[in-house]
Amino acid sequence: MSTVLKRVHGYLAEFGSVNELYHAAEEARDEGFKKWDVFSPFPIHGMDGAMGLKKSILSWFVFFGGATGTLAAFILQYGTQVVLYPTFVQDKPANIATLPAFFPVMFELTVLFAGFTCVFGMFILNRLPRLNHPIFAAKSFHRFSDDAFFMVIEARDPRFSKEKTREFLEKIGGYNIELIEDEI
Amino acid sequence: MANSTTSPDADAPTLPVLKREPLVLRDRSYSWITNRICGIVENKQPILWWILFLPSLVLMGILGYCLAYLIATGVGVWGNNHPVGWGWAITNFVFWIGIGHAGTLISAILFLTRQKWRTSVNRAAEAMTLFAVMCAGIYPALHVGRFWMVWFLAPVPNANGIWQNFKSPLLWDVFAVSTYFTISVLFWFVGLVPDLATLRDRAKPGIRKTLYGIFALGWRGGNRQWRHYEMAYLLLAALSTPLVLSVHSVVSFDFATSIVPGWHTTIFPPYFVAGAVFGGFAMVLTLMIPVRRIYGLHDLITPKHVDNMAKILLLTGSIVGYAYIMEFFIAWYGGNKFEIAAFQNRMFGHYAWAYWMMFSCNVIAPQVFWFHWCRHNIYVVWIVCMFVNMGMWFERFVIIVTSIAQDFLPGAWDYYSPSITEIWTFIGTFGLFMALFLLFLRFLPVIAIAEVKGVLPQSDPHYLGDDKFTHDAWGNELDEDGSKKEKPATSPEPAAAPS
Repeated sequence: MSTVLKRVHGYLAEFGSVNELYHAAEEARDEGFKKWDVFSPFPIHGMDGAMGLKKSILSWFVFFGGATGTLAAFILQYGTQVVLYPTFVQDKPANIATLPAFFPVMFELTVLFAGFTCVFGMFILNRLPRLNHPIFAAKSFHRFSDDAFFMVIEARDPRFSKEKTREFLEKIGGYNIELIEDEI
Repeated sequence: MANSTTSPDADAPTLPVLKREPLVLRDRSYSWITNRICGIVENKQPILWWILFLPSLVLMGILGYCLAYLIATGVGVWGNNHPVGWGWAITNFVFWIGIGHAGTLISAILFLTRQKWRTSVNRAAEAMTLFAVMCAGIYPALHVGRFWMVWFLAPVPNANGIWQNFKSPLLWDVFAVSTYFTISVLFWFVGLVPDLATLRDRAKPGIRKTLYGIFALGWRGGNRQWRHYEMAYLLLAALSTPLVLSVHSVVSFDFATSIVPGWHTTIFPPYFVAGAVFGGFAMVLTLMIPVRRIYGLHDLITPKHVDNMAKILLLTGSIVGYAYIMEFFIAWYGGNKFEIAAFQNRMFGHYAWAYWMMFSCNVIAPQVFWFHWCRHNIYVVWIVCMFVNMGMWFERFVIIVTSIAQDFLPGAWDYYSPSITEIWTFIGTFGLFMALFLLFLRFLPVIAIAEVKGVLPQSDPHYLGDDKFTHDAWGNELDEDGSKKEKPATSPEPAAAPS
């Protein structure tokens, strides 16, 4: 007999439709769970409200990322064309009045920096990449990317209990309830 | 129960409510969509795939040979002469960049304007964008003459401490195109992550699962992830929208900021952008109509999609036609002799054949899309798109070559004809483009699986099954019969349709 240590990650319950998952999420939110999530093949409109989540803060990251880009482009162009090596071409001055000619590159670098912040900010907020996760140990979980809708209530939630959480998931319409155990 | 309370206008004649055409036909289920799209990647490719792929590889080889020959010999192996220094190289550059624009338009602008039909075509169109920009990038990089000096374009000072001229539109172009490519790659990849997770979850353990798994980054589809993901997608769309408009505007600045008659016009930025969207959509349809047929995607790319894109072709084609005519008007109205001469040359000069080719392909051909029958006949659509592809290439040729072949001094005039290397280089880029697109079909989901699922009626959290919703698209509560619930102070409009 092997001795494999296992840690309980939480309960996984399946729901039959988007509508059922949505209402179940509202119930879980009102019950006061904190460490839980719903899993779906596509983003569900309005689910943030049903889960009681606030708007993503990503847009702030992106704003500052973009502003950095604007500034970087300005410094790059002003520094090189005016300060380091004043370049007199096309009858344009080599001082701050050249600014309009710098706008295209300032715009492009704003977008470039904002785009990078956006994607990598999203990865950081979502803790990606993370190739392994206890949730993948659940037997039916791989169907989340096809047509299944799941709710997972994690064991680290203060309100988690092995019996009551299961009963709660059954009560709100979950089926195929599975205790996710991760080998450690 | 709901009928017991009679609404005030119960006796009023009920207006028939037209339903929106479904985006996915035959009420396909989520798993059908997954199976159909992933099946393309998981099963053996049809014989036609190989029939297209092998010649593409050969053309790619020819492209490689032509480029190596050019690098080894010099840019003189192309037909460039004095005064036509830009020739086919820049024509092809603008042509390919323009094709890319439809992908970004579909993925970004149609996303912001909530055109849900975009989900069936955006993935392939974005892939097309990337491959087209790759093809485009070849030309300016080699047109610099000494390819090994191409790093001079990067903002690095040369040995004398002199920096690039940031006041030059050509340098703006370097920044615009490279930013565009980078952002397009990011946007495309972000869109791919959930679908790569689908492929990962379907694959048996092995190299395929490992690779898809790595690129899916461990995506788990939790709403706590989707929340940030959707915000990222929205922001990328919002960033790409002005970006795509800026790229072709900057490309047009290459011409418009010069003083060459025929180039020095303020209409260029909007005209180029409209032309880019026009040419790009034609290429999307050129590629997607066969893909739809070969892989049996008729329920996902429906006649409605083709119809919408044909309408966009009609609109942008007409904008382009307006621009052609307005250019002439302004040349005459501006009273500049050189400008007038340039446009007379364009229409009736040595290159009149190219001009009329462009005009008939771009302006006259898409006018058939005024007719419903033409928009719904796949063969007509495809043939018109081929005309547009050709016409848009001729547009760039006409703008570039006619303007500089006969500029100010008659003594400097010359006729431009391409060299054989130049022609094969251009054909070779089609090989590169096709080979990359076919590899994309082979290894990645051609339709954004997660996004298509998201626009099905059953993906609405208020959907109860059998076309019944608890709320309409504006959040109004609906009765059991699908009509809007009466509230004390409602607007007098008739019952809203369940969308």
